[in-house]
Amino acid sequence: MKRLLSYMNQKRKEAILAPLLKMLEASFELIIPLIVADMIDQGISSGNGHRILLYGGLMILLGLIGFSVSLIAQYFAAKCAVNTGTAIRSDLFHHINSLSYADLDALGTSTLITRMTSDINQVQNGVNMFLRLLLRSPFVVVGAMVMAFTVDVKTACIFLVVIPVLLLIIFGILLGTRPLYKKVQTQLDAVTLKTRENLQGIRVVRAFNRQKREKEEFSDASASLYNKQIFVGKISALLNPVTYVIINLGIIFILFQGGLGADAGRLSQGQIIALVNYMSQILVELVKLANLIILLSKAAACMNRIDSVFNMEPSVEDPLPPKDLKSDFFSFATEVSDIIETDSPYIEFRDVSFNYGSSQEPAISHISFTAEQGETIGVIGGTGSGKSSLINLLPRLYDCSQGSVLIRGEDLRAVPLEAARTRVGLVPQRAQLFKGTLRSNLKMGNPHATEREMNRALEIAQAKEFVDAKGMGLELPVEQEGRNFSGGQKQRLTIARAILRQPEILILDDSASALDFATDARLRSAIREYTATENGALRRKTTVFLVSQRVSTVRDADKILVMDDGTLAGIGTHYELLKDCAVYREICESQMTAKEIQKDLQQKGGM
Amino acid sequence: MSNTTKNNKKESSDTLKRIFQYIRPYRFSVLLSLLLAALTVVFSLMIPILIGKGIDCILGPGQVDFSGLKRNALLILILVAIGACAQWLMNHINNTITYHIVKDMRVKAFSHLQRLPLSYIDRQQSGDLLSRVVTDVEQFSDGLLMGFTQLFTGVLTIIGTILFMLTISPWITLVVVVLTPFSFSIAKFISGKSYHMFQMQSAARGELTGLTNEMMTGIRVVHAFGYGDTAQEQFDDINLRLSAYSLQATFLSSLTNPSTRFYNSLIYAGVTIAGCFAALAGPGVLSIGQLSSFLSYTNQYAKPFNEITGVITEFQNSLASAARVFELLDQLEETPDPDQALTPSADEIKGSVSLSHVEFSYHPENPLIQDLNLAVQPGQRIAIVGPTGCGKTTLINLLMRFYDVNSGSIQVDDMEIRSMTRESLRAGYGMVLQDTWLKSGTIRENIAYGNPEASMDEIIEAAKKAHAHSFIKRLPKGYDTVLGEDGGSLSQGQKQLLCIARIMLTHPPMLILDEATSSIDTMTEIRIQKAFSEMMQGRTSFIVAHRLSTIKEADLILVMKDGNIIEQGTHEELLTQQGFYSQLYKSQFSEAS
Repeated sequence: MKRLLSYMNQKRKEAILAPLLKMLEASFELIIPLIVADMIDQGISSGNGHRILLYGGLMILLGLIGFSVSLIAQYFAAKCAVNTGTAIRSDLFHHINSLSYADLDALGTSTLITRMTSDINQVQNGVNMFLRLLLRSPFVVVGAMVMAFTVDVKTACIFLVVIPVLLLIIFGILLGTRPLYKKVQTQLDAVTLKTRENLQGIRVVRAFNRQKREKEEFSDASASLYNKQIFVGKISALLNPVTYVIINLGIIFILFQGGLGADAGRLSQGQIIALVNYMSQILVELVKLANLIILLSKAAACMNRIDSVFNMEPSVEDPLPPKDLKSDFFSFATEVSDIIETDSPYIEFRDVSFNYGSSQEPAISHISFTAEQGETIGVIGGTGSGKSSLINLLPRLYDCSQGSVLIRGEDLRAVPLEAARTRVGLVPQRAQLFKGTLRSNLKMGNPHATEREMNRALEIAQAKEFVDAKGMGLELPVEQEGRNFSGGQKQRLTIARAILRQPEILILDDSASALDFATDARLRSAIREYTATENGALRRKTTVFLVSQRVSTVRDADKILVMDDGTLAGIGTHYELLKDCAVYREICESQMTAKEIQKDLQQKGGM
Repeated sequence: MSNTTKNNKKESSDTLKRIFQYIRPYRFSVLLSLLLAALTVVFSLMIPILIGKGIDCILGPGQVDFSGLKRNALLILILVAIGACAQWLMNHINNTITYHIVKDMRVKAFSHLQRLPLSYIDRQQSGDLLSRVVTDVEQFSDGLLMGFTQLFTGVLTIIGTILFMLTISPWITLVVVVLTPFSFSIAKFISGKSYHMFQMQSAARGELTGLTNEMMTGIRVVHAFGYGDTAQEQFDDINLRLSAYSLQATFLSSLTNPSTRFYNSLIYAGVTIAGCFAALAGPGVLSIGQLSSFLSYTNQYAKPFNEITGVITEFQNSLASAARVFELLDQLEETPDPDQALTPSADEIKGSVSLSHVEFSYHPENPLIQDLNLAVQPGQRIAIVGPTGCGKTTLINLLMRFYDVNSGSIQVDDMEIRSMTRESLRAGYGMVLQDTWLKSGTIRENIAYGNPEASMDEIIEAAKKAHAHSFIKRLPKGYDTVLGEDGGSLSQGQKQLLCIARIMLTHPPMLILDEATSSIDTMTEIRIQKAFSEMMQGRTSFIVAHRLSTIKEADLILVMKDGNIIEQGTHEELLTQQGFYSQLYKSQFSEAS
């Protein structure tokens, strides 16, 4: 809530004026019955036509002023609300961008999107209604009562009874039906689930001849939905009739009290009409008020959910800047260390463990290995064996929970995020492109890339051919998430994007899975050639990580890491592992013939 | 242009007719509801008159007619009580009718889905079908309910009010009747303006959601490439546009209330002035009580107008929704099984399968399977191998009769499969697909899916055979563990094991298996392989094979390419042929240098 107020504070003038202006409009509405009473009592009984016209004119004037005031108020309320929504949205997006994938995954992307869109809309709407009705509705209710008291204390006492009773009933029904409506919603979700499930599993349903039973189950779910809807309908249908009865009871009482008062000469006909009017006015406003409060409680719940995202601390953060170095000098320092040869290995994993968020099970545990510049490291293992978790530590997409990842002897956690990420070219498992053009997607890798470099990168990634075939060059449009490309095409484009970065470390996370064998082989040899020669011109050799499930992809690597269930089951060359590592051997056996394995075992090293 | 509007009109009148057919069974309830609505309206309109009469009983000090007051009060009390009951009952009846119709419609649509040919369902986006059964029906019900409750009472209230006002004073009524249409058109003008803005707003909102979605699913890339700032810029750009639309939409739509309020206050003032002068002319023309009745009519008269505008838009939406549901219901069902269809039980089928001259394509312009011939003996193991898109899945579709062949025939035990009921053909097959579908429910229900009457012992037995028992046992609630949507928290491998257990319980003579391409964790994969080979004992099996061991052990390997079987034989035979298979084999299972 505090956060919401600070956002509303950005438009403080509007936020304060809007309710005040609405109150002004309401006060005009409250005067009307008194004016009418006066017109009846003074105008008619004393036959004063001027007075009638004068007061009639006054009514119109008040209506006009009320209208203009109200317009301004509505505008202010809308402005403050929209501004609040816009600011929250922008900040939330910014915050989400600072979270790691593990953080996002813990929450779930779909809930995050709901919070980003419909929750913020609810809050925006809530702020709008809050500003518009905050003062107006209570003011009209209380005001009508006060005015009634100014007319006649004795009769007005009925307001003291009617208002609380109405409040009780309105809130009772509205709040009482809320959990019931939730149940209806849950049941509707069940109906949706049943339908979706049947659409997805339609082959299985038919293969098992289960159509009849599925129909029965659906019919039951629908019937249960029906019963719940009827039940809640019965209760909420009480609202109008019951309040209607109470208001009219109040009016009857006013007539009697008014009659007594008039008999005693205390009240006039006009005044009694005013009292009746006030009574009618409060019902409308009370219903509005009750709805407002429900809307606000919903908006508050939404705000809480948004708050909980804001309160998530990013799990990967920049190290505190060293006090004695300016930030630009700092990046220069990393640049220098590129050239300085130290004794420590280029990349070193020292007893690294990592678990996602609050998960108990570590995704990888106690991993230690080293890699030198220019080496090709294969990583093999089944789905969920921890391959991706391992390599995601290199660009600091996550930080390890135990142990340390060192580059040239320097703990990665001490390296600023940007510096850590600049030297890595990552090709993720899921080929991810972004809406825009081919050029804008490639430039993500390197904003300063030249035309020639981009074309060269496409060539290496074996993407040049199909890009040329589309005949639009780098201006080729890319739809959201790259929907207008096939899986294999997307993979090749993401590889080009990573190569364009001229990275020190190139990570291919199972990124050729959608390629046919021939293209895959050509791709690998092009990358090998590139990392050995062109990047060599920059006086540094690229270290390549090849993550795969295929033996054929990793067998030529200088070093293969065999992952099994989060642990390092073996490390070595194809030949060494085939000889000594049971897990690796098992993987080979499922993908190669016995003859081939024998052959590999005989020609040492397998190269 | 005029032609399309004519068509639209015809369509919507057709839709209306069909909606009436759904309402027909409840016509007496509808009639009762209308009667109650009329009662409610008339009573509620009489109240202001009675209050006015009550006020007329109070003339001044010492001139109060208490017995008249009492009579009027009593009358008000009775009318209010009856009116309230009638109103509640009417709402209840409306709910009953609407929700009943909705339920009928939904069950009908769902049943229809179960009978639609797969060719239709595969062609549709599943989200679209889903929204027709759920959202569209819901939208329709909202419109229908509003139509029942508000449209009719609204119209009645307007007519009734005018009539009642006429009985009091025709001249002042004229003031009201002439002035109101303006208020109506103001509201319409505003809602027209804001509708446009709302559309722009939701378009911008959609863009924003798309961007957010893209960024979140690609957050690793966004981070790894330092794309965050650019993304933020794009986001803020759309956000700003959204903000502008949103402000206009919110402001414009919030104009409706103050404008109508203002307009009403003008009419109110007009009536008050006119009324006062009428009363001035003498109590015979207009009594003060009557003036008060008149004023309350003026107040409540405008409300139904605004409501009706809302109802009409809602109703148009609901017509469109209903039309979408009807469109689904109009899709042709599968060709029914022939009258004298054969119904061999699963035990009777031995499991020989033959295909002769089979031709099939999803689209006539792209022929897929052409002149496919194949003869399989009972108990044989057939491995189907080939690159993606070669027709492996299509073959499964044809064997299971998810699709029918265009020409040629498929026979099981020398019976043409189209002469059997679909039910008995499908009962003859056990199918495990890579796409492991489980229903939401307990593990037990899922294993017993093909055989709901199975005992607990049989279920455990099947799970043991499928090597699933050990992991099920370790779950907190064992066999009663409830799986969420799509298998919930189970791993892909565990889901696969459950799918195998599901088959183990049905003892089909023939199997269709689609091997997993991506290796699951090593232990589970070994288990799945064991379960597969146990299941295949003595059964005719079609396996879409990826593992070398499966392929090598097969009695017959079908090599498919572009919808045709281009080679068939055992592993050794095919290797010696030096054809496509040996090429494929070399590229996939060994390093070509």
